Amino acid sequence: MQTIAAESKRAASVAKVVVVLLLFIALKAVGNLSLAWGMKHLPAGPEGPLFYLKAMFDPFVAMGIIALILAVLVRLALLSLADLSYVLPVTAIGYVIAAYLGKTFLHETVSGRRWLGTALIFIGAALVGSTTHSTTGDQAQ
Amino acid sequence: MIWTLVAVMVIATVLSDLLQSHEMKRAGEQSVHPHGLMRLARMIAERRRLILAIACLAVSFFSFMLLVQIAPLSFAVPASSASFVLETALAKLVLREHIGVRRAAGALIVLAGVVLVGG
Repeated sequence: MQTIAAESKRAASVAKVVVVLLLFIALKAVGNLSLAWGMKHLPAGPEGPLFYLKAMFDPFVAMGIIALILAVLVRLALLSLADLSYVLPVTAIGYVIAAYLGKTFLHETVSGRRWLGTALIFIGAALVGSTTHSTTGDQAQ
Repeated sequence: MIWTLVAVMVIATVLSDLLQSHEMKRAGEQSVHPHGLMRLARMIAERRRLILAIACLAVSFFSFMLLVQIAPLSFAVPASSASFVLETALAKLVLREHIGVRRAAGALIVLAGVVLVGG
């Protein structure tokens, strides 16, 4: 019985990590895309501190900044649940999504070499994702 | 100048992540519900090490911004992934995380991928 209870607790803990992980990746992707879109479509003006200050009031830029701030908070929550050596490689999936979004929405070209890198990130992240997400003993489970 | 920026960026990133991981493991499990996020924001303001971590994050962000202005992105992205190796090693040495063969291999494959994506 005890092993079944421990097993279901572990499964719930894994599910929580996955949800927080997906939320982080989504916020980061949306934030970066919105920021990049906003910065690329700003009305032309003289570069300088004032230009960047005004850029922050562009709706896309502002939405991007808010999403990226939320992403920092969600990543903190993620680090409360999982090891740093787990979070780093697994969140690298973000590079894959950035490449895909850049190609789709910003019409950036993605070379064969870049897609190969993307595939490696996927494989490596999946491998790390299959390990126990928290290995430090002091964490209250 | 380029290598100074790379060094500043990597050191700031490593320091920021080690501080964040250490503090958050100590704080215990956090949630991402709206209340949880508010709590996290308050936590940053209340914990000195988290303030320092966010300051390091800002330093790392702005040095990356400066770097992409004087060096191509295809250099900046792989260069920034140097922090990845350092952080994984320090996660084991300083944070006492258990890094088995599978996690180490996965991390190396991801690193190779990041370098390819940047190039």
